[in-house]
Amino acid sequence: MYDFAYHRPKSVADAIALLKGKEEARPMSGGMTLIPTLKQRLARPSDVVDLGDVKELAGIKLEGANVVIGGMTKHAEVATSADVKSHIPALAELAGHIGDPQVRNRGTMGGSVANNDPAADYPAAVVALNATVTTNTGKHAADGFFKGLFETALGEGEIVTSISFPKAEKAAYMKFPNPASRYAMVGVFVAKTASGVRVAVTGAGPCVFRVKAMEEALAKNFSSAAIKDIKVSATDLNSDIHGSAEYRAHLVGVMARRAVDAANK
Amino acid sequence: MTISVAMTVNGKAVSGKVEARTLLVQFLRENLGMTGTHVGCDTSQCGACVVHVDGQSIKSCTMLAVQAEGAKVMTIEGLAPSAEKLHPMQEAFRDNHALQCGFCTPGMVMSAIDMVKRHNYELDEATVRRELEGNLCRCTGYHNIVKAILAAAPAMKSAGV
Repeated sequence: MYDFAYHRPKSVADAIALLKGKEEARPMSGGMTLIPTLKQRLARPSDVVDLGDVKELAGIKLEGANVVIGGMTKHAEVATSADVKSHIPALAELAGHIGDPQVRNRGTMGGSVANNDPAADYPAAVVALNATVTTNTGKHAADGFFKGLFETALGEGEIVTSISFPKAEKAAYMKFPNPASRYAMVGVFVAKTASGVRVAVTGAGPCVFRVKAMEEALAKNFSSAAIKDIKVSATDLNSDIHGSAEYRAHLVGVMARRAVDAANK
Repeated sequence: MTISVAMTVNGKAVSGKVEARTLLVQFLRENLGMTGTHVGCDTSQCGACVVHVDGQSIKSCTMLAVQAEGAKVMTIEGLAPSAEKLHPMQEAFRDNHALQCGFCTPGMVMSAIDMVKRHNYELDEATVRRELEGNLCRCTGYHNIVKAILAAAPAMKSAGV
């Protein structure tokens, strides 16, 4: 790891000032991706701005029909939160299967969403539940937020302060984990909320995406039978030693049907 | 960048000078000379480096020493109440022969204690196996490790630890 200047601000305003004033400064939330990246010398930030002491970024609260989760909220807190479990149990379940217990004690929702790893679990929940990503400069709708491989709508000096998830009428997440890394080979989040039915897929492509054909079919008939003949194209899906694009395309259908069945239970 | 850090390790106040990039496990092993915490993979997969920070199990190869400023850190060296008496989890590992080469053992024990507490001293085999996701044993001696953890849970409860 190359050395860097380390900062530990106490407020979002101070963090932003530190990020803006420096060349090549990087914010760090849980560090579960950033620290391994630094160790491999894949990044060389001049400054690391640790958000660990920014109290205003932590915590989970209910606001009307939404569950609002602070950017620095750990996966373990989402998994065990009574509010998340009672209003969006599928989200708590998803959080409880990210990485391993030690990673869940450090990794954060804001960090995961801002990093937008193609195999991360949270982006599927954000898109399927039609959540709103709030930053220090404004709000992003879920659909416009995830732009591509490790790419989001976040600008320079912009950090995720919280994410607002509408309560779900029905929802479930099913993932087919890679047997070794446990990252999602394919993960499908199916949700029925006030804004309709959404099907979001992670792990299969370079970035989370929706399957509109399944959404339309499920809007008419929310059952796994309604989507059994819908095929997802393998074009642009990931192909690697763990599975071909065709295999992943097939898994999307399987995981989507299992998710619908789980959501109907 | 050299930074002064101060934290509590196994109940004792410690401090030292580190670089910003110094990992918590390096600080423990190299600055404090506490080599009970192991470095296996150095890529946050194997769990040999698991310690408790403010009561939660974490991988100390994936946390900077400076991030532990002001924290309460517990390592494998801090578990036994005395030279003669082991922690119930260590005792259970010994009784059940839950180690072969022993390299993964410190991390296994630290993860196991956190696991037992999070599940309020009530565990079944499937839960233990799932919860050991982040700890690898290259001797593949998982069976006895699982037995030891299941045996330690009631022992920890009755010992009040």
